[in-house]
Amino acid sequence: MRAIPSANREPRPGAASPVPLIATRAVAKHYGAVRALVGVDFVLAPGEVVGLVGHNGAGKSTLMNVLAGTVQRSSGAFCYDGAEIGAWGAREAQACGLRCIFQELSLCANLSATENTRIIHASLRGLGWRRRARALITAALDDIFPGHGIDPDRKVAELAIGERQMVEIARAFTQTSVPVRGVILDEPTSALGHTPTEQLLAHIRKAAADGIACILITHRLNEILAVSDRVTVMMDGAAVADRPAAGLTRSDLVAMMGSIEAHGGTGRAIGPAADGAIVVDHPGRDGADRPICVRRGEIIGFAGLDGHGQRDRLRAIYAATSDVPVAYVAGDRGAEGVFPLWSIADNLTIRSLKALQRGGFVVPGAARALAEQWAARLKVKAPDVDTPILSLSGGNQQKVLFARALASDAQVVLLDDPMRGVDVGTKQEVYALIRAEADKGRSFVWYTTEMDELSNCGRLYVFREGRVVEEIPGAQINHARILEASFGGAQTGASHG
Amino acid sequence: MSLRLAPWSYGFLVALVMWVATICYSGTGSAIPTLSSALVFAAFSVVVGTGQMLVIASGPGNIDLSMPSVLTLAAYASMSIMGGSDAMVLPGLLLAVAVGAVAGMLNYLAITALRLPPIIATLAWSFVFQSFAFNLGGEATLKPPAALSEFTLWSIGGIRVLPVAVMGLTLLAVLVLKRGVGGRQLLAVGQSERAARLAGISVGRVRLVAYTLCGMSAGLAGFLLSGFSGGAALNMGDTYLLESIAVVVLGGTSVAGGQANAIGIWGAALFFNLMATMLNTFQMQAGIRFLLTGALIILIVAIVPRPKAG
Amino acid sequence: MADTALQRRPRLTSALGSALQIGLPAATLIAMLAVIFWIRPSAMSYFGFTLLFKFAVPLMFAALAQMLVIMLGDIDLSIGSFVGFVTCVAALYLDEAPLLALVILAASIAVYAGVGLLIHVRQLPSIIVTLGMSFIWLGAAVTLMPGPGGTAPRWLVAFMSWKPPFVPLPVLIALLTALIGHLVISRSSYGAVLRGAGANPRAVERAGWSVRTIRCAVYAAAGALACLAGLTLTGLTTSGDPNVAPAYTLLGVGAVILGGGAFTGGIVSPVGTVIGALTLALAGSLLSFLQVPPTWQIGAQGAILFLVLAGRILFSEHRS
Repeated sequence: MRAIPSANREPRPGAASPVPLIATRAVAKHYGAVRALVGVDFVLAPGEVVGLVGHNGAGKSTLMNVLAGTVQRSSGAFCYDGAEIGAWGAREAQACGLRCIFQELSLCANLSATENTRIIHASLRGLGWRRRARALITAALDDIFPGHGIDPDRKVAELAIGERQMVEIARAFTQTSVPVRGVILDEPTSALGHTPTEQLLAHIRKAAADGIACILITHRLNEILAVSDRVTVMMDGAAVADRPAAGLTRSDLVAMMGSIEAHGGTGRAIGPAADGAIVVDHPGRDGADRPICVRRGEIIGFAGLDGHGQRDRLRAIYAATSDVPVAYVAGDRGAEGVFPLWSIADNLTIRSLKALQRGGFVVPGAARALAEQWAARLKVKAPDVDTPILSLSGGNQQKVLFARALASDAQVVLLDDPMRGVDVGTKQEVYALIRAEADKGRSFVWYTTEMDELSNCGRLYVFREGRVVEEIPGAQINHARILEASFGGAQTGASHG
Repeated sequence: MSLRLAPWSYGFLVALVMWVATICYSGTGSAIPTLSSALVFAAFSVVVGTGQMLVIASGPGNIDLSMPSVLTLAAYASMSIMGGSDAMVLPGLLLAVAVGAVAGMLNYLAITALRLPPIIATLAWSFVFQSFAFNLGGEATLKPPAALSEFTLWSIGGIRVLPVAVMGLTLLAVLVLKRGVGGRQLLAVGQSERAARLAGISVGRVRLVAYTLCGMSAGLAGFLLSGFSGGAALNMGDTYLLESIAVVVLGGTSVAGGQANAIGIWGAALFFNLMATMLNTFQMQAGIRFLLTGALIILIVAIVPRPKAG
Repeated sequence: MADTALQRRPRLTSALGSALQIGLPAATLIAMLAVIFWIRPSAMSYFGFTLLFKFAVPLMFAALAQMLVIMLGDIDLSIGSFVGFVTCVAALYLDEAPLLALVILAASIAVYAGVGLLIHVRQLPSIIVTLGMSFIWLGAAVTLMPGPGGTAPRWLVAFMSWKPPFVPLPVLIALLTALIGHLVISRSSYGAVLRGAGANPRAVERAGWSVRTIRCAVYAAAGALACLAGLTLTGLTTSGDPNVAPAYTLLGVGAVILGGGAFTGGIVSPVGTVIGALTLALAGSLLSFLQVPPTWQIGAQGAILFLVLAGRILFSEHRS
């Protein structure tokens, strides 16, 4: 473990400090007419862990970008370590020991973890820089994620997504000439498996005890409750609530965010058409792998730890299914979902062109009608269907992608963890729609990393190490059973440690 | 800058300025002949450019550097089979377009089967096609049939037929890109290959068609150009290497893919040809012409607002 | 932990893969040399090497210039005509007014930096800006010198025909540039930042670096290397010619890709690029030695390009 300079050590994490590390007053940011932040007051004490929650588009990421210096505030005051700061850029933030783990990975994929560490440390230069950088990142990885098994000299592009996330997190905690004072973590666990997530949460507490302040943004409210000293809730570009985390419950948080938590987990929907015709029958890749069979009207869940072959299997089913129409709803909206230059209508109808054409040309009226019908059914928030898709919030973009699949002739819809990073309200709307469509006879195959979502499924396949290891019928779906299958029986207890 | 003009209109604007400048210098009597001849020359650039546009729109990095050599090869092949005989014009046309189609398919085959960057694959093929053309005709110029030459010079009531026909081609391209299933799929593939694949589009087939059509347009241009300029010659395609890319981009098509503008190509092509005319009437040196061409390309690209992709 | 352990792949194959990226073009180069020496054993000499590779020197510098630009995820279509421009400047002024020549060359390197700045600030596609620049350099060269002419300074010619002990000059230059390039781009701490800036500029920007400065500096360095290409070419041809090197643009791109580079940015290899340039320069000689008819030579060059690249892609796919 590295030594933390004692000057920054606070006796009690979360204790009120006379000089806050970060203090903003009425910070605002607007892009033209769009107001992303409308006067936020935010305080972070040294060694404090603040959980930041709010819907998509509430302004959390914008606020973090302002703090990290990657976005310039339009107005408002910003104090760092007691000093009033004028212009605040990424370089200044780095020099003052403030680090940020961004929502999208900010590693250079063509470089190794060692070289990526060099990028954020200006002092890693001259002879032997590579050796020093390697030692630094290896120590940080070992410290935060014991047993990570990541080779720091391999190119990041060759690492799995979870490993990349671990490298990025570890990199943020490395320090050379400048002590780390604060770390902003924007959805750090979305790509992590169960064990690394636990390790990270433990490390955040440990870092806080050593005087490193952390801001944690995540949609997984349990993680917020597990590590935070204080919770700040944002809505519509403003901080609307600020409470000590002690004594808060999940439902309190959801209530503060302004939506009612649906009774997920109790209202388990079981597909009504269990005796329907088989629409997908996909053989396993070898004897140890189980075949996957989907009936009409079923909602099938893919469970297991993140990155254990669920996505590959979805892709394989997508490629192999040709006798019934299949649609695929991608989770990685930016790279695999939206067509960024197009409007809602163009994005929505692209999957249905064959039905909308006459003589090779799309009939404009029919296309527009289809787009309007489905945009309305999914309650896409936009002035009209000609609105460019990129002007929508993430959750609304995801709705358009759902609409693209549901408006098409697809009998089977494959869902590739599509609700990642989507706010609670949108989720509940989409869950209801999926159940309604299943009742009408559509089949869904749903890969999700969120345990709660599996309660919408009628049957589960649990994945481990690239194969389906267990099939769980609807009546037996519960947390413990899934964990047991994911970890291979005996290790279940260890996963909580 | 404060003028909110569509990106593709700048080519027309500059072309208009140059036309007016030429007229001012050499009298109003030159207005119609200047425009008329610029339209004919521009028509060849437009045929080549429309093909290049389809390839460029099919995704970032897609480009066809083999167009000049395909154009030359198709011209040689069709001149050889026609042998100067009017009766063979139609087979000659079909052969030129077929040569282009095969060349386009070969381009795409190298890109997809060998996983080569398009710039390299089409460059390597262009060497091969050039060699074929060299062996087919050598240094000699092959003469076109009289009927073909007459067609390229044909005018009805003072209006040249060739540019009008090419304008028809442009309108067809506009319609297909806006409404056609294939056009929509091409633009989808150009914006995001992975998203297109997951939306049920056969990316490979769309790109194959784009490259094939591009090759065909090069073949057609070679056929028409050799009729117009009195035969196939080895260096007949050289100017189109850079020009085909320049007219597409100045015409408002994004090199990032997924967005295409067929009408804008006309503006850019007219700009190129009217500038040559203007500088000729001003009796400027060739060096000045190059300098001005380069400066205007950069200027137009630098000041034109472009659509932003996320 | 179970979920991370299974995704690991052995490190050896990865190292093997990157060795193959450079090893394959190197093997091609050696095979081509072997064929030439087999046909004409007398070529296997100090003099033979000098003759075979002397025109590879300017191409090598042009390819390295292109490599720097490709490293940033851009492409430079103007290198060929810029090299032509430099030969004209060198042949016209370097002998009689060396100061003027140096000022012009320094200014043109500044123009290169300016092109990088323009591309960065306005977020322009490099392919089209450098296409415009290619017209500008050609125009400037033609204005200076409408056709081939001028004389190279004597010292430049003398340098290019210098015979250092033991190692022929072209081989010496190739070894030195490959070594320097490797140290600066692939090994140094700043090289890591440069390659990072090519692959993920936002990440590098967020880490506190100015990608704008990086782009300007890299473009200026590319301009300087292209100047070296022009000067060495002048030393070989002993005169200037605006149209001497249009092929350098795309041959340079070919050399970078042959040497394991990719257009996605951040993935380049100076050693590979040098080998790629030597391979492409040697291809012409090989075809003459094999007595390929002149009409087929250019086509055969295309075929060689295909063969080497196809081999590289097949081998690199093997590991994954």
